[in-house]
Amino acid sequence: MRLFAMIVLLLSLCPAPALLAAEPSISQESITDRSISLPEWKDWRRVFFLEDYNTRIVILGTTLLGMSAGMIGSFALLRKRALMGDALSHATLPGIALAFILATSLGMNGKTLPVLLSGAAISGLLGIASILLIRNLTRLKEDAALGIVLSVFFGAGVALLGIVQQMQTGHAAGLESFIYGKTASMVASDAWLIGSAGLTCMLISIFLYKELTLLCFDEGFAHSRGFPVVFLDMILMGLVVVVTIIGLQAVGLILMISLLVIPPAAARFWTEKIFYLSLVATVLGALSGMIGSAMSAIFPNLPSGAMIVLVATSMFLVSMVFGIPRGILIRKVRRYQLNTKVNRQHLLRSIYEYLEAHRMLAEKQIKPVPVTALYQMRSWSPTALHKIIRRAEQNDLIETVSGDQIRLTPLGLTEAARVVHEHRLWELYLITYADVASSKVDRDADAIEHVLEPEVIAELEALLIQQASSDILASPHTLEIDPGNTDSSVSQSGRPGS
Amino acid sequence: MNTSNSVSPDRQNDTSNAAIPLSVYDLTVAYHRKPVIWDVSFDIPPGKLIGIIGPNGAGKSTLLKAVMDLIPKASGRVQIFGKSYQKNRHRVGYVPQRESVDWDFPVDALDVVTMGLYKEIGWCLPVRKKHKVRAMEALERVGIADYARRQISQLSGGQQQRTFLARALVQNADLYLMDEPFAAVDAATEKAIVQILQEMKESGKTALVIHHDLQTVPEYFDYVILLNMRVIDHGLTADVFTPENLQKTYGGRLTLLEEATETMRRREQSL
Repeated sequence: MRLFAMIVLLLSLCPAPALLAAEPSISQESITDRSISLPEWKDWRRVFFLEDYNTRIVILGTTLLGMSAGMIGSFALLRKRALMGDALSHATLPGIALAFILATSLGMNGKTLPVLLSGAAISGLLGIASILLIRNLTRLKEDAALGIVLSVFFGAGVALLGIVQQMQTGHAAGLESFIYGKTASMVASDAWLIGSAGLTCMLISIFLYKELTLLCFDEGFAHSRGFPVVFLDMILMGLVVVVTIIGLQAVGLILMISLLVIPPAAARFWTEKIFYLSLVATVLGALSGMIGSAMSAIFPNLPSGAMIVLVATSMFLVSMVFGIPRGILIRKVRRYQLNTKVNRQHLLRSIYEYLEAHRMLAEKQIKPVPVTALYQMRSWSPTALHKIIRRAEQNDLIETVSGDQIRLTPLGLTEAARVVHEHRLWELYLITYADVASSKVDRDADAIEHVLEPEVIAELEALLIQQASSDILASPHTLEIDPGNTDSSVSQSGRPGS
Repeated sequence: MNTSNSVSPDRQNDTSNAAIPLSVYDLTVAYHRKPVIWDVSFDIPPGKLIGIIGPNGAGKSTLLKAVMDLIPKASGRVQIFGKSYQKNRHRVGYVPQRESVDWDFPVDALDVVTMGLYKEIGWCLPVRKKHKVRAMEALERVGIADYARRQISQLSGGQQQRTFLARALVQNADLYLMDEPFAAVDAATEKAIVQILQEMKESGKTALVIHHDLQTVPEYFDYVILLNMRVIDHGLTADVFTPENLQKTYGGRLTLLEEATETMRRREQSL
């Protein structure tokens, strides 16, 4: 399985289209400049035909970033630690500003990515440490700790950025791009750094796939088996830290959490297996990074973080609505199908019980039933009943004899007999084993019988039917049908067909 | 509290009986300085089914967790077959409470049972066919092999409980610690679990089971431990499972001990 994952991973790398163009001069503009100029044809061509080397490398970097965020995010989400990533990314801002100030005052170039990201990592980790300290030393809950650390660190970062702006030495413009993300300022060496770090994170999580799964599912059991739970938790947190840090430049610290959370959350609509969950999340993350940074290359004044998030969000929405087996649409369809089935079974059972009560089952020809008689048996509205009848007709279960008379087809009779049999099995079970009063049992049985599985039916039969018999069980309670003749009291005792 | 007052259990290490599945000496566990179990000591006999009985909040789960080092002990020590838990953990199978995990997790029943083999498979190595075969056998033993590929949220409560039991069985341990395996399960599951407990006993294994339903205690267990913060009594069911002992265990909820610790906790908080 892991081999397969690695192959997929490598395959998806090979054709990784580079889309992005870097124009360092743009970084001089303010982040508040949002003027959108319609891209010219040469811009489109440059992006989609991957014309220059830098574009290719940068797009490879953001794709790998998206992949690793999707994969690591799957575990973070299942471990319910996603918000930790948000606090972490916000807590990186003061580190970025301080790293710049420190490096510039030491006479180095403060704007190189490794310098800034080291600062980001240190202050991000300090942020996490503060959360843990607040949580463990005070009686505050984790959400309060997260909120405090997130805002305080971010506020401190903004203040430090203000100081940076007033420094004589540094050309500080561009540091703000870490807030919203800006791939335009990314150079090839940055992309290599981001890509290789992302790839390393993915490899680590693939190797620890089994252990991380166990950690996320059942921490206590993992601990009891001797797995170092705290150590594994630290590895997972470390992976989240690395992915967050390398995503700061392209996605920005405000939106980085989305790249960790949205792809796995979207993937969850498509699968019930953790392996496919992380695979789909990886692919969705890759697409987000790839397409998002391409968009930002075409509209260089828009922050690339926003572009990446918008792409991820659109994939999330599609997954949420159309995902199988957990999307909204399929669940609505299933509910509708179940309702239809329940209504059809109610109709068949009503007709059957009417025939039974009127002692018309034994006769050779299947007798028609007046629709008006069915109204009294269930609280059906005329429109609803007609809809149900129409649908049953389409399924060849019943046929209309004349305006107000309907009749079971042979197929319908068989199906009705089965439905009645299962209903009565369940009723009998409730009366015999669950101490439900026989007067109440009809409606109680109703709720469950439609979802009984074949194995349960078999079990019930073994339990309740002594002699081998293909007969339909008699109803264990009085049927509330007026048979229209004198001997109503015996209507439930006879076994029809025998 | 310290353990130096009596014979140092460390010294007993060499002489202690390796046949005793579980020995607990003077175990005290506290959450936020409020003792949950206090000075608990007992040995359990091998090859028996042992029930731990006590009211809610009596520290039954805490006791099991402390035995496995899942929570820190305030004092006391625990021996599994004469050695520390770390050394003998491969001989212990744990069935946690069903509510302790999120059943919406994206795995199926077979995956969960395979988790019982992760330690044996080893770090970084993948699950192989033979492991899946063994997991499947365990699922068959608990009678839900047909549901092996079902996502775990699609299983009934009883099937989920049996999945957890299979995960412990696959390990082939000698001592099983089970946290309320009979809680909210259907009759078929209860029967299946009882039968597996009997099979375990017949093959010389020991099971320590937290149990709630007092009516079934004499039927299911050879030996009981009555617990309410401290051990009220322990011994053969016939000797120990008496109305007086049950009254002591369940009656008089607010004992002096509890009242004292509650006062202590409140004072702590106001500081």
